[in-house]
Amino acid sequence: MKILVCITNVPDTTAKISFAENDTKFNKAGVQYIIGPYDDYALARAVELKEQLGGSITVLNVGEADSDPQIRKALAIGADDAIRVNCDPQDSFFTAVQIAAIAKEGGFDLILMGRESIDFNSGVVHGLVGEMLGIPSFSPVMKLDIQGSTATFAREIEGGKEYLEAPLPLVLGCQEPIAEWKIPNMRGIMTARTKPLKVVEPVAVDELTTLDKYTLPAPKGACKMIPVDQAETLISLLKTEAKVL
Amino acid sequence: MSILIFVELDNGSIKKTSLEAVAYGAEIAKTKGTTASVLAIGNADLSELAIAGAYGASKVLHANTSELATENAMAYASVLTAAVQQENADVVILPKSGLCDAMGARAAAKLGASIVSGVTDLPDLTDGFKVKRSIYTGKAFATVDVKGDIKILGIKKNAIEAVAGSGIADVATFSPALGGGDFVAKVVSQEKASGELSLTEADIVVSGGRGMKGPEHWQPLIDLAQALGAATGCSKPVSDLDWRPHHEHIGQTGIKVAPNLYIACGISGAIQHLAGVNSSKVIVAINKDPEAPFFKAADYGIVGDVFDILPRLTKAVNESK
Repeated sequence: MKILVCITNVPDTTAKISFAENDTKFNKAGVQYIIGPYDDYALARAVELKEQLGGSITVLNVGEADSDPQIRKALAIGADDAIRVNCDPQDSFFTAVQIAAIAKEGGFDLILMGRESIDFNSGVVHGLVGEMLGIPSFSPVMKLDIQGSTATFAREIEGGKEYLEAPLPLVLGCQEPIAEWKIPNMRGIMTARTKPLKVVEPVAVDELTTLDKYTLPAPKGACKMIPVDQAETLISLLKTEAKVL
Repeated sequence: MSILIFVELDNGSIKKTSLEAVAYGAEIAKTKGTTASVLAIGNADLSELAIAGAYGASKVLHANTSELATENAMAYASVLTAAVQQENADVVILPKSGLCDAMGARAAAKLGASIVSGVTDLPDLTDGFKVKRSIYTGKAFATVDVKGDIKILGIKKNAIEAVAGSGIADVATFSPALGGGDFVAKVVSQEKASGELSLTEADIVVSGGRGMKGPEHWQPLIDLAQALGAATGCSKPVSDLDWRPHHEHIGQTGIKVAPNLYIACGISGAIQHLAGVNSSKVIVAINKDPEAPFFKAADYGIVGDVFDILPRLTKAVNESK
């Protein structure tokens, strides 16, 4: 089983979002970076599958050198080697082209990633990569098992779950509860330092979108507190003042 | 050149968020002086499809072969691609959803199209094709210039107010040839809560956190939701503890909702939860802790015991009907 796990290097979920350079760049100052939470689930399941079935895990990031600590963490959690496509990804299409180019070379049985990145929340990279490789893609996958060359998996649908079966190779966008997040142990951290991390240059892609500017939402007004003994007035306020009932 | 809008169906009718997508596409068509067509896939009532006309569409392509009866993002992407080509569409609008992201992505790769997901406003066409989209899970926006010859946009709920006019769209059967590759996956089974209001479609959501103290105490929350015609949701700890099903989990790693009214009961308001609700128009927080961070993100707040307050609110709603 050869598994490719694609990870994003993203601001921590509690990070304060601000912008620099005339609102054209994300302000990285003081921001803690993490492996995308959904990607972390994908990685955890990949490690479990490898323990069960043998094989190898390659971790892939499309990003700049500041992704390396997160890539090393993925290696410490259990990936065998890593590839970083050295660039500041422009958009989903650009990122997908880079992943597809690496995947074509590697002959992977399974390409796992998070259902979406938590910075741009597009949720389209797995579909793009699947189509570019001419193989099926599914998301959001919350349970995954492999028997021989067949994957059985569950996908979240509106108001429930759908259980599917499909032949490998596949591209899957993952989410909880596919596996529990794994914390690297000391041995993992030590061995991760010497595991191979290959840095490659990106494939050229026509520019399909360009950033104009970033903006922050308008600040929220003060919360109107209703005394608990008059709780019922909330309903009339929602009708007459907020006009949402 | 024309505009094509994909609509999602629920029990044979076009979903509300999809009608917003129709109105959104029709508005662009009006600005560009072209027409807006709709694609619907699956079983539908033809008179329900014709309603797309009231939101500005001139015709509806209806693909409804037996192989398309179950939701299949790959096959749906092939149908969408065929429709884009037949209609010579240069702008494709989809409502933001798991299905639409998946099919939009595959169609974008087939067509070499620009794809932008999470769009919150109508495009600015004065200089290029600029759209505003939600990023960092609702904590910021990016305005992007969409450059591809074909542009695929996934629009968020409330990106436009959909107002019904009087038009009726022509409905035509659409049956493009599909390859077997789209049908390699077999659906083994489905578990679906029936009769539940969809969280992402609902105009009102009533949601509970650990302050609800246990799954056996959910009835007062459900009663208020029923009185309001609202969907029910929950925080991550609640679904992690299996008090409520996973598909009700709202937040950073769960479902993102954008209702007109969100009522949070016994939820402290961790930043990860707020990320799933910050697109709501009006937020109400009810919590016994006056320091709960949710009050900073809410429009209305009540400090008190949810088990005292919820039944009183339900009664007030029923009395005001």
